[in-house]
Amino acid sequence: MIAYTIRRLLAAIPILVVSSFIIFWVASMSADPIRQRFEGRNPPPPAATIQLERERLNFDAGFFRQYWDWLWGLVVHQNFGPSINSAMDIGGELGRRTVITLRLVLLAMILALVLAVVTGVLSAVRQYSKLDYTFTFLGFLFLAMPSFWLAVVLKQGAIAFNDSVEGSLNRRPIPTINHEASVVPEDFWPRMMDIGLHMVLPTISLALITYAALSRFQRSSMLEVLNSDYIRLARAKGLSARRVMVRHALRTALIPLTTVSALGIASILGGAVVTETVYQWRGMGDLLVNAVRDQDRYVTMGWLLVAGLFVIIGNLVADLLYAVLDPRIRYE
Amino acid sequence: MSDPIQTVPPADPPGRVEREFTVKERTQTQIVLSRFLRHRAAVVSLIVLALIILWAYVVQRIWPHPYDWLDGPGSAAPSLEYPFGTDEVGHDYFARVMRGAQQSLNVAFLVALLSTAIGAPYGAIAGYFGGRVDMVMMRIVDVMLTLPVIAVAGMLTQYLRGTWWVVALILAGFGWVVNARVVRGVVLSLRQQEFVEAARALGASDARVIFRHLIPNVTGVIIVQATLDIAGAILAEAGLSFIGLGVQGPDTSLGLLTNLAQEAVGTRPWLFYFPGLTIIAIALTVNFIGDGLRDALDPRQTRQRR
Repeated sequence: MIAYTIRRLLAAIPILVVSSFIIFWVASMSADPIRQRFEGRNPPPPAATIQLERERLNFDAGFFRQYWDWLWGLVVHQNFGPSINSAMDIGGELGRRTVITLRLVLLAMILALVLAVVTGVLSAVRQYSKLDYTFTFLGFLFLAMPSFWLAVVLKQGAIAFNDSVEGSLNRRPIPTINHEASVVPEDFWPRMMDIGLHMVLPTISLALITYAALSRFQRSSMLEVLNSDYIRLARAKGLSARRVMVRHALRTALIPLTTVSALGIASILGGAVVTETVYQWRGMGDLLVNAVRDQDRYVTMGWLLVAGLFVIIGNLVADLLYAVLDPRIRYE
Repeated sequence: MSDPIQTVPPADPPGRVEREFTVKERTQTQIVLSRFLRHRAAVVSLIVLALIILWAYVVQRIWPHPYDWLDGPGSAAPSLEYPFGTDEVGHDYFARVMRGAQQSLNVAFLVALLSTAIGAPYGAIAGYFGGRVDMVMMRIVDVMLTLPVIAVAGMLTQYLRGTWWVVALILAGFGWVVNARVVRGVVLSLRQQEFVEAARALGASDARVIFRHLIPNVTGVIIVQATLDIAGAILAEAGLSFIGLGVQGPDTSLGLLTNLAQEAVGTRPWLFYFPGLTIIAIALTVNFIGDGLRDALDPRQTRQRR
């Protein structure tokens, strides 16, 4: 299994190289970031300044040469290349922001999976009952909601709640912007508390949107399993209802959910970008939106590498989980 | 005097017995239609969606104020004259939302059309040939799936100055991958079946088998996926425009309207809620229609809705 994991990770390298090249290609077609930055400055910057900036960003080299220099610098010196913003160290910035975004994405994902399995199974077991219709409608509603819209509505609700209790509590209990307080507490527990409170709203928003898609899949795969012959056989053998549900039905019905959640990682990252924008987190989302706006190509490419790595690791975990869920699958 | 046995009425001839159980013969279309009509949410959704389309494309033309008219009062709350209020520069927001809905629907329909037109044959070819062809084609899909739509689409719309069809082309450029995967999955299982073997034994070419035998059999899946594409594209456009990387002014879309209204949500909530509710209404109805179609087109579906 370790050999399999290593092989899969090695196979991911060409995919990442190709996709970073695509990003580089798209970025180099776009407007000249240096001109965009100095545009409208009065007096215009001296030609020497622009030339220095071009050299720093390696814009005078040929198209393939630029990409090769970036790749070489990354592999040999672990250097993600120069940013438009000369004060930014892309590698360090990516690391810091990945930690911030990862805690949002992971927690939302876990919450969404648990909710999806519970409601999906309940819906399938009581197909066409009131409970099923309620869950189905809620699922459809969240599925139809743009992630930012739900986030803004929740935020407005929290602001109204804060307004109403501020008088009696003398503080605003639910933070609605930023990923941590502007003055970060020194001690460990207050710090964790602060981070946790800031996570409440973004996590709920992202989890509900993610949950919607997953619960539909869980319901239909559970239905398909429950209608299959081997479940009828398990019941006929006289196994307890609980054992049939958990060992025989649920275990098989989790396989499609694993696939769908792995495939959905890229879109969850996209959802996280939007959610972070609404709650003004300074995470990966903020980094990407600014990089795209400023045509900061090396930041975008670095972002892509991190996001691509998430997607690949997610798919790998899903494949390894298949082996746990389905005894016929073995990796060597 | 009759034998008691003879009082028993003579057994029906076999033909008649059968007829008692025979229901009226129905074509496939009738079966699908009646199944769809039983899905109440889908039928209601179809009507609501038709009304929204009528509203966005027709009412917009006859509404007294065009979307770029800005001589109304600034920041007026919804009233009879301005059902959705006005924004700070005096646009009639009802006209803005109609225009936004039209552009968002344009994007969604084009995305669904293109994703299906590219993705379905691509998936069918990969699934049908299998082996090395399949591996190469699916590797390309893998690369597409690693690319975060939001990053690449954002860069491209910045470069190409996003009009609605540019946004649609970009979203379809990513969207077809999903259609391809879905169709490939179905074709993989279909190509093992006897009718494909029979067609091949009769000397049908690969192209004929794919386009005449396989694609018609995955039509149901393709249609359902296309409706899901519409809902997905509406939301994707909204998300992109919301962070400022989708449709660009002076034109408008539902996502761009909510983006511009995001600062105003506390003081002038109508600017934020009306376009948002329109997005939800479209995506919700489209999803329900897709669900109804899935139930109606699935031949294995036997359990009836109550």
